[in-house]
Order: sequence, then C-alpha cells, then structure tokens
Amino acid sequence: MKLSCDEASKICDKNQYSEASLWEKIRLNFHLFLCKKCGQYSKQNTTLTKCYEIYKDVENMKKNCLTKDEKIHIEKELKSRV
Amino acid sequence: MSSTNKHILNPNKWVELHADYLFNYTISRINNHDLAKDIVQDTFFAGLKAKSNFQGKASERTWLISILKRKIIDHYRKINSAKGKAEIKMNFYTNGDREGEWIEERVPTAWNSEIEKVIENNELSDALEKCISGLPEKYAMVFRMKTIQQFETEDICKELEITSSNLWVIIHRARTQLRKCMEENWFKN
Repeated sequence: MKLSCDEASKICDKNQYSEASLWEKIRLNFHLFLCKKCGQYSKQNTTLTKCYEIYKDVENMKKNCLTKDEKIHIEKELKSRV
Repeated sequence: MSSTNKHILNPNKWVELHADYLFNYTISRINNHDLAKDIVQDTFFAGLKAKSNFQGKASERTWLISILKRKIIDHYRKINSAKGKAEIKMNFYTNGDREGEWIEERVPTAWNSEIEKVIENNELSDALEKCISGLPEKYAMVFRMKTIQQFETEDICKELEITSSNLWVIIHRARTQLRKCMEENWFKN
C-alpha cells in the first residue's frame, strides 16, 4: 500500500494522461493525504498539464516543412544515385 | 494479385510526392529540422538501395514509411545507448534510508501568481521550449510524442520498441525535471 515519493509522483504523472489504474489512484491518494511535498507536486502537475496544452496549440500552429532549396538538394542527391 | 494493381516505385518522383509527408512524420517525433531532413534523405537513399526488394504489395508511401520507421528506431537506440546517454538530474534519493524521498533542493516549493503566469501564451511557450530542449534527447523525444503529439502509449512503445513501464519512467523523469526548470525560470520570477 505504501508508496515512496518517487513512486507516488510517477503515478501522479501517469494520471495526468488519465492512464493510472484504479489501484494506483487509491495508493496515490493515500500517499497524498500524508505527504505535503507530493501534494504540492500534484497540484503543480495539474498547472503544468495546462501549460503543456497551451504549448501544444502554439506548436501545432507553427508550420514546419522542408524549404524549396532543401527539397531541390535532396532531389539532386537522389537523382545522382538513381 | 494481378499485375495491373501492383504498386511500382518511381524514385524520380519521391521528393515531389512524399518528402513533405515523410518530413512531417519525422519532425513530430524528432523535433530538430536538420536532423529530420537528414533522416528523410537517408530514407530515400535506403529505399533506392533496397528497390529490388519491393514486391509491390504495399503502396510506395507505405513502403517508404516502413523504412523511415527503422531509421527513427535507429536514432532512438543511438540516443539511448551508453554513448548518447546524458542522464537527467536525480530528483529522489536512490539509496540509503531515504530512498525514494525527494532530494532536499528538488522538493516542490510554492509558486506565486500561478494563474496569471499560465495565461501568457507565447512567452510561456518560449519558456517551455527552453526547458524541454534542456532535457536529454531521449527524454525530450518521448515526452513530446506523449504530451505534445499525444500519441497513444501503446503506439509509442511499439514504435520505439520499449515497454510501457520504460515509458512511464521516462515521462516521470522528464516531468519532474521540467517542473523544476519551470519553477526556476517561469513561476518564480
């Protein structure tokens, strides 16, 4: 039943993706009830998940593609080998 | 299968038809423009070399992607090898009486103005970007795939040939490290 802080915060991380099992969640909550440090971690983890969401949206708006020159270069290299 | 619906390879058109797709596939896993470009180029070269192995059962693109996938695993193995192993800073004691407890200077401390700090989108993203690129490559790669690209755990494990417990250890270390980094660079100043 007892978890170390390392294990508890690992489950807490897993839970940010809603992938912790029921048993893991029970053990996590038991630990959080007793441990202020992990309580702080857990609270901040929720905040960080929101940050990652924002970051995800900003990232997805960036268009990341090969430049024309890069394509021409690859094309040339490739044709020289065909 | 009749010979009429067999797929054929046409390397002269690869860049035009598949470069963007392969590049996007790569950049969502390896967040480095030049490296992703090199991997795409290598994929085309490898495809050319292995041209005679193509049986025409899959489409040209599917076939190229299967080569690209191997290239990505090779890259992951390289950054996970002893040589490329930059380890993350420890957050917990790993032995002795206090094993598994928070290391003193890594204990989460209270943040001020948490809510306001989350609203500043663009600057927040810059700060995060910095913290994520400060992670050892392996951690950054898995963290991004799971959190930013939001791939399924099972798919990441299959792609990188790792176990799910492997994955959660990596995510855990990445997130504790990022928490510390964001505490120092964002939430506390």
